[in-house]
Amino acid sequence: MNYNELMSQRAQAIMPSPIRRFFDLAENMENVISLGVGEPDFRTPWPIRSAAINTLERQSIFYGANSGLLELRTEISNYMERKYQLSYHPENEILVTVGGSEAVDLTFRTLLNPGDEVLVTEPCFVCYAPLISLADGVPVPLPTKEENEFRLTAEELKAAITPKTKLIMLSYPNNPTGAIMRRENYEELAKVLRGTNIFVLSDEIYSELTYGSKHTSIAEIPDMRERTIVINGFSKAFAMTGWRLGWMAAPAEIIAQARKIHQYGIMCAPMVSQRAAISALKNCDADVKHMVSEYDHRRRFLLERFAEMGLRCFPAQGAFYLFPSIESTGMDSETFCEQLLQEERVAVVPGSAFGESGKNNLRISYAYSLKHLSEAADRIEHFLERHAK
Amino acid sequence: MKELLKLLKQNSRLSNGELATMLGKTEGEIANQIKELEAKGIIRGYSVILDEELADSDVVSAYIELKITPQPDRGFDEMAKLISAFEEVESVTLMSGGFDLGITITGSGLKQIASFVSQRLATLDGVLSTRTHFVLKRYKEKGILIQDDPGDERGVYL
Repeated sequence: MNYNELMSQRAQAIMPSPIRRFFDLAENMENVISLGVGEPDFRTPWPIRSAAINTLERQSIFYGANSGLLELRTEISNYMERKYQLSYHPENEILVTVGGSEAVDLTFRTLLNPGDEVLVTEPCFVCYAPLISLADGVPVPLPTKEENEFRLTAEELKAAITPKTKLIMLSYPNNPTGAIMRRENYEELAKVLRGTNIFVLSDEIYSELTYGSKHTSIAEIPDMRERTIVINGFSKAFAMTGWRLGWMAAPAEIIAQARKIHQYGIMCAPMVSQRAAISALKNCDADVKHMVSEYDHRRRFLLERFAEMGLRCFPAQGAFYLFPSIESTGMDSETFCEQLLQEERVAVVPGSAFGESGKNNLRISYAYSLKHLSEAADRIEHFLERHAK
Repeated sequence: MKELLKLLKQNSRLSNGELATMLGKTEGEIANQIKELEAKGIIRGYSVILDEELADSDVVSAYIELKITPQPDRGFDEMAKLISAFEEVESVTLMSGGFDLGITITGSGLKQIASFVSQRLATLDGVLSTRTHFVLKRYKEKGILIQDDPGDERGVYL
């Protein structure tokens, strides 16, 4: 069979993840130290695991409600109220999904008609553009700048809007830059969006991981809730990546459409994870606090090390990434990363993987022990000394 | 202070500079805080966690349960202090439950520990009984794993 001719053109047009591609190289090397992963190094807190064990021991594990367990949706609703003064009705405004990623995919498929443009703030996580294309939308990169602390400004937004703009995609705290948006920044964007028919997809998966300030959701800003789809999940905050559980919160009309797609494609999110997640929201505030303070120590440690070695780095205040600039080395990020891997056996992700605007940066994850970070930083320092211009 | 102690408990060899960076303080502030913690007796010392078996394969440790008669006025303190004074003794704790004092001791062989227990501990006035448990293998101490690094299970799946 001639597969290439027979299979979906759209599927074939999608590029494999550039993060993945790079790490295939590292896999065959000895003594590689990685700063590449995008998930917590902590184990899932015990109250969550214990709830899962109890479920396995004592309960049947059948299909559940398409939207997710009502008890979990109620806890999610309480959580959003408690943390962000956001009010979403558990009955019809919250949908429990298979990770935040399913919620992202669902949002595009729910909102987009062929040719609709989605403004995607970059640098950003790698999944948005391919998923937009699969939903017949047109991803339009909207680069943010380091001098604006990688925040989207009202002027940039205004200039990018066209009659075809259906949706704007925001992700703060941001992967890969670690940037955050403050209330006043969102208020500026709200001025542009108010009175339009433009939706906002706000991927807030890193909302718990902010350092020195509290996370704000754009849905908190007056008139934004009606147009916003808030996405969050358990992976990053509760160290539950493998449990595959997230949610979307949005006006009932949007959830009703999304639920149909979810119902046919997924049925329901994994029930063991759902029961465990109830415990995450009820019992794990202290665990989350502990993890956040550990990330903060590491963040400060690495920022200081980079400053010492003269590697310019935006002082990230969220997520668990640093996004240093390597412009001074004269190398592009792909070349830098490949040579760093070959010469010092350190694997980091080239900033270009997250959009053209990241081509002079590296994404460094600090979801690692201090000892690990310290060793990796020493190696990067050697590399920089050798390649100093 | 709480965060500082947490970091020191994880690794007391972090320099004041490193601690200052991680906690968003100056090096001088950290030095003062540590001085204060030491002066107040909150920090009593700094030690090292060894894989004893790798360091010296002959070394033997034991955990000893002691039942004693409390003395009028002074309760268990007098005896605890007396036992703490022995150099071989690594830790002394007053326990609730089936016995009174828990003692850890490390020596260069079974015989050495046996003779310490029989000749020096059991003979003390007020010691009613002793039970000695030898340590077979250590897995974790003071939050530090004494095991081979399990490696990073995380892949990069994206």
